[in-house]
Amino acid sequence: METVKELLVILVGSSLVSNVVLSQFLGLCPFLGVSKKTNTAAGMGVAVIFVITLASAVAGLMYRFILQPLHIEYLQTICFILVIAALVQFVEMFLRKAIPSLYEALGVYLPLITTNCAVLGVALTNVQKEYGILAGIVNGFATAVGFTVAIVILAGLREKMEHNDIPESFKGMPAVLLTAGLMAIAFCGFSGLL
Amino acid sequence: MGKTNSMTSAGERLVNGLVKENPTFVLMLGMCPTLAVTTSAMNGFGMGATTLVVLALSNLIISLLRNIIPKKVRIPAFIVIIASFVTVVQLLLEAYLPFLNDALGVYIPLIVVNCIILGRAESYAYSNSPVSSLFDGIGMGLGFTVALTCIGAVREVLGTGKIFGAKIMPQAFTPIGIFVLAPGAFFVLAVLCALQNFVKIRGARAGKDTSKIGSGCSEDCMHCGEKGCGKRKFYDDDDDLAVEDLSETEDAE
Repeated sequence: METVKELLVILVGSSLVSNVVLSQFLGLCPFLGVSKKTNTAAGMGVAVIFVITLASAVAGLMYRFILQPLHIEYLQTICFILVIAALVQFVEMFLRKAIPSLYEALGVYLPLITTNCAVLGVALTNVQKEYGILAGIVNGFATAVGFTVAIVILAGLREKMEHNDIPESFKGMPAVLLTAGLMAIAFCGFSGLL
Repeated sequence: MGKTNSMTSAGERLVNGLVKENPTFVLMLGMCPTLAVTTSAMNGFGMGATTLVVLALSNLIISLLRNIIPKKVRIPAFIVIIASFVTVVQLLLEAYLPFLNDALGVYIPLIVVNCIILGRAESYAYSNSPVSSLFDGIGMGLGFTVALTCIGAVREVLGTGKIFGAKIMPQAFTPIGIFVLAPGAFFVLAVLCALQNFVKIRGARAGKDTSKIGSGCSEDCMHCGEKGCGKRKFYDDDDDLAVEDLSETEDAE
């Protein structure tokens, strides 16, 4: 019972309270770069959920069963980034060959995630907070869900304000960043949840 | 003659990194650490200095090894070299500057995925001589450090009324706390971007070349091309492979 409660706390905490983009600033490039349309944003979000959940599972297993027994925990950064990058590449190859329909939908986003800081960030946070493997996977999933929620909301807002009359210098990225800032204020409200 | 040449090129690289192609103010690269650690001038400076060390060393080593690293697996090779230096720097910080290590936390290992470092490796160090690559790294690192310190200083002054921990604002000034919190980072960057746009629009009217400004992550990810994250494939299969070729590639892995 206690563990279920802990997992729920991680789930809410990582997806809403300390949102990966809006309060930790990880994965900012795709957040700003792929949020022009809601459907591409949602596609990116699904790809991120898929990759981060898988990557935190693999990184957790590797840390527990390879790095810890050999006492080479200090190599975690190198190992994690290589494993994650290779994993994304293999997922891309596998999807291209085995499930072409899914590859059509997610394939274009996968290279963008290879060296995304959110993926490595989650793996490192899992180690730092001493999460077990299951807790790590839940944390990864929740973080990615948080990313998806944020990017889809931002894309929706951007679609709405596309034709607004804003000062010339603030057109484009500055307006998007201001929107993101206001979203961050709104997400601060979740801090009362836990 | 040769020496003067290399001296001018070193100086030119430094100026290039600091001013002409400043990674933050001009190219808009490496936004994650820029926003995350600039809660104070000191943190910004620490992050910038750490990145400088990693950038200079990895540029040097990648340039020295540029004839040995095969083109197809260059990205994993770059990543290994960069990650090794990051690990070294992280261990040194833990030992000698623990307060900085605690303040920067997970963002130190995340230097590995900083677009600036991989970007410089790919676009400069892999095709240039060791000396100019080293200075390119130092120049870019200095540019990054200056930018982060400035952003950190602005946020610290507005958010706490202090700079480098020393109080400078008059008693009557009420600190605007939000500037040291997450939303403040977005607002400061938005203003910075707007200033950049302003310069760009005015430059374009005056007929100057403004193509370099904001060519980094301020564009659409899907079309950002050479420098962007989209090109960073782990295993570089030059052109798009046809599906039937794929089994071969997998065997080769």
